[in-house]
Amino acid sequence: MLAVIAKDPAALDVSFAGVDEVVRVSVEQEEFEGDVALAAVEALIAARRPRATLLGFTVNSMGYGPALALRLGQGFASDVHAVALEGDTLVATRSFHGGKVHAELEFAGPAVLLLRPTTWPPAEGAGSPTFADVTAPSVASRARHVAFQEVAQADVDITTADFLLSIGRGVGERENIEQFEELAAKMGAVLSVSRPLVDAGWMSNARQVGQSGKTVKPKVYLALGISGAVQHLAGMKAAGTIVAVNTDPEAAIFGVADYGAVADLFDVAEELDKLF
Amino acid sequence: MKIVVCIKQVAALGDEVEFSDDGLDVDPDYLELALNEWDGYATEEALRICEQAGGEGDEVVVVSAGGEEVDAALRRCLAMGADRGVRVELAGRADPFTVARALAPVVAREQPDLVFAGVQSSDAVQAATGIALAELLGLPGVAVVNKLDWDAAARRARVHRELEGGLVDVVDVETPALLTIQTGINEPRYATLRAIKQAEQKEIVVEAAAGDGEPAYRVRRMFVPPKGEGAEMLAGDPAQVAARIAELVKERLA
Repeated sequence: MLAVIAKDPAALDVSFAGVDEVVRVSVEQEEFEGDVALAAVEALIAARRPRATLLGFTVNSMGYGPALALRLGQGFASDVHAVALEGDTLVATRSFHGGKVHAELEFAGPAVLLLRPTTWPPAEGAGSPTFADVTAPSVASRARHVAFQEVAQADVDITTADFLLSIGRGVGERENIEQFEELAAKMGAVLSVSRPLVDAGWMSNARQVGQSGKTVKPKVYLALGISGAVQHLAGMKAAGTIVAVNTDPEAAIFGVADYGAVADLFDVAEELDKLF
Repeated sequence: MKIVVCIKQVAALGDEVEFSDDGLDVDPDYLELALNEWDGYATEEALRICEQAGGEGDEVVVVSAGGEEVDAALRRCLAMGADRGVRVELAGRADPFTVARALAPVVAREQPDLVFAGVQSSDAVQAATGIALAELLGLPGVAVVNKLDWDAAARRARVHRELEGGLVDVVDVETPALLTIQTGINEPRYATLRAIKQAEQKEIVVEAAAGDGEPAYRVRRMFVPPKGEGAEMLAGDPAQVAARIAELVKERLA
């Protein structure tokens, strides 16, 4: 069963193959507001009593998913990357400690699960679901959408580059960035970065790869000093060939890389500099 | 103006991992403790707002749940400038709902104008405790805030929610409210040695956790994920690694 919560839910075509039923929940608000989404899904769960309510692990879902589960006395897990029903027990798998360990979480009753984006392929193909409507109660929305702001136009578009040289926390100091800019230019790569360098104010977010930055798909992605937070991996794992250099042999980036080296990024950069 | 900041002492896992005897969590001996990165930003944001408000009785209170080891994280926030700390005694592994229930009565009693929590913790990345706490407190919750303008006269906060892809959602939120704070919202101050010393003298009240309820989940098994699908590791010294990388780059871009 697939639920669509929107001002005009019928406008969205979600008749994918495999969907048995589409439930439309119409709300007054044009854009996402936490109180509104919570009330709508709460009404939906009350009407249909699903064993599992699946939401994406997105900024919107983070804003009401935990409150929803707590209010309804249901189980909850986020960033889930595998789900199974074993007899009567719902089992969700998620990672801890940057993917170094996995945990199987079990739920005897119904649960709200926030699923890691890009783990499952998008639904495709046309199906022939039945349609139903569920009425959501009108609620006082205490956090109201005012406007969207687009990020300012950037002088660089990392999403179209064939070759990205990407640097992360491993560069250590702001003064060290210049040498990687030079190396990238020399190698014919566009320089991109992971979130900590943007947070520190050292680089523009136009160059940021990851869930809160850009999703990239270059032919080659060379990651130097990036450990591979989940949000970063979501933005680059579709790259053609991923090469990662990190001093931590257990760094999560090695889990998605095609080639890896446990080495100091400055040593490798110095040697690369001689080869281009 | 009173702001309560909910913080977490996170645990970083090194190169090796062993599990506890019951197999349901990592052996604490293999963990290094630190203040959660997001919570440093949340503390800084609270301090800035109170400094700008500059009124009598302005206060930043940091609260956390856990054992005695958590005091180090609370002291770090106190050294940054927070006024008081409260630790709710909580033993063992705790899921987001259990932590939220432990914190809720303490936060409610403070009657703050704003409650902050980090968006997520670096070790668990659940992004859930703050918004669960908002529900328990009956406050509006806004997740992933990377800009905050506090209108003291209107008692209203205009915040930016950082959506995927860097898109920003501008939101007006009624207060009191709970906001989960994103990294990059400010530049957290460093505590001076003097401030660290002074923080030793600041008060951390320890309270017993009240009430109980169902946890968000039960851990059935914890394990190191099987390897094999990971990277082909390049051996050798940096020169050899670089040579192989250069070769790969030229080959794949050809």
